[in-house]
Amino acid sequence: MSELIDLTAAQAAERIRAGEISANELFEAYRERAAADELNAFTWVAESAPQDAGNGHGVALAGVPVAVKDLFCTEGVPSQSGSKILEGYRPPYTATVVAKLHDAGAPLLGKTNQDEFAMGSSNENSAFGPVLNPWDRGRVPGGSSGGSAAAVAAGLAPWALGTDTGGSIRQPASLCGIVGFKPTYGACSRYGMIAFASSLDQAGPLTRDVTDAALILRHTVGHDRLDSTSLQYPHEIELPMAEDLTGIRLGVPEDLTGAEGGIEPGVRESFDATLKLAERLGASIEPCRLPHAPHALSAYYLIAPAEASANLARFDGVRYGLRVDGDKDLVTMYSSTREAGFGPEVKRRIMLGTYALSSGYYDAYYGTAQKVRTKISEDFTAAFERFDFIVTPTSPCTAFSLGAKTADPLAMYLNDFLAVPMSLAGIPAISIPSGLSDGLPVGFQLAGPAFSESRLLDAAYALERAIGFDGSPARA
Amino acid sequence: MLERDQVLHVARLARLALTEDEVARMGAELSNVLDHIEKIRELDLEGVPPTSHVIDVVNALRADEPTPSLPREVILAAAPEPLHDGFGVPSPGAA
Repeated sequence: MSELIDLTAAQAAERIRAGEISANELFEAYRERAAADELNAFTWVAESAPQDAGNGHGVALAGVPVAVKDLFCTEGVPSQSGSKILEGYRPPYTATVVAKLHDAGAPLLGKTNQDEFAMGSSNENSAFGPVLNPWDRGRVPGGSSGGSAAAVAAGLAPWALGTDTGGSIRQPASLCGIVGFKPTYGACSRYGMIAFASSLDQAGPLTRDVTDAALILRHTVGHDRLDSTSLQYPHEIELPMAEDLTGIRLGVPEDLTGAEGGIEPGVRESFDATLKLAERLGASIEPCRLPHAPHALSAYYLIAPAEASANLARFDGVRYGLRVDGDKDLVTMYSSTREAGFGPEVKRRIMLGTYALSSGYYDAYYGTAQKVRTKISEDFTAAFERFDFIVTPTSPCTAFSLGAKTADPLAMYLNDFLAVPMSLAGIPAISIPSGLSDGLPVGFQLAGPAFSESRLLDAAYALERAIGFDGSPARA
Repeated sequence: MLERDQVLHVARLARLALTEDEVARMGAELSNVLDHIEKIRELDLEGVPPTSHVIDVVNALRADEPTPSLPREVILAAAPEPLHDGFGVPSPGAA
């Protein structure tokens, strides 16, 4: 059984195809582990393997089950985006990416805990309570896809789906010592994802290794008629096989990795060691400029809350979820429902976004942020003329203690400093574990131009093999 | 610093019935965040076009072909107060 848990998803699929293990046996092994979860990573676990999952034969993903973040709507299964305001909500339809994985042979194992409406970098903003980091249960797993990251790292799920708006896949992957991939904006359908910031939200994989991430991407990208911002992916995502980085030009953006980023010494050490490895694999490494990237955090914390304040207007006690003061007048019912249903961070973002969009402040805040976004995209475009990929640490710090940053919202937001520039530019980025600092995982981020997923996976794969990170302590 | 009446005004726009405690806390917290964000207003952004959407897609339209929707009772099953085949709400003027 422990042997089953140590297989990557791709390896498990291979064993099922070879008839060495059965899809049901694998599902049951993970179901038992997920049901006995002590990390608060799951909000719901399937009671049994779905009947139509079959024996895993004849489907690409061979019946290897997947855990998905709570905010993906799943028909008949609780989906409340970590919020009390959607208590008891069971959607009548399933998110496109979850349906695509199901059809490819990855049945739903469970739903994972998250920061409420994906707003947070520590998974402490959930109505279900915080998720614990499997490397050290006194620490956060990162967020907002903290449940997905902790579940995969701890071997409670073979692989998982999360969403990334400003780092919510990459940062928890980094803090939990696994792989996280944020695809190009528009690569995956957003249909059925409970929205946070629509111009930024993207679904993506959290996995044990780069090959597993490639497999999930291969089966989730593509245009969906139910999301008009989704795009036809130009080619099939290839499984990575690069053995070195010959000819690859890596740019290190000193605007982000300099003093302003607040990168911890242990994180910097791991980052520098990874650059040396990359060089040995044949890559060239040079400093590069992204002059507007340090302003990305400010632009992000205007744009994302502004979009959230509009998206979250739908939670008003009328069509689903909680209703409070239903015997009072309409506006009192709206206001009381939202007061009772939203947690403190969601209220803060709604207030910030509403303020940034309000009359008299719109141009000064939201308008300015949108212009900064243009400059950030231009910086990346210029950088990619000289470099194949931009590399940074994924997070300035390793997993911090529970409660360490909850009293200071700004300190929490600064965790996203290295992750938000890519989100604003809509470009793909991957985080892979690069080593440990004081026993805690450190993440290495590579970002490429739009639709460079296959090349990014190849480079990350070559690095992953050279690094040889051992994630098994988190599964013990 | 965001004044108390500004906080109350924004809360009203956002339909949030904040408690007294929240009003006080929100003023301080938002001011702290806005002070940090203010820095972008020092950038020279003269003539820079705004980006509302990173992907170059304009007016993505699909064929106007009717397809079945989810049945009414399925949608209403999630509503706090289904009423006469619709969503029941309190009167805007009810006491």
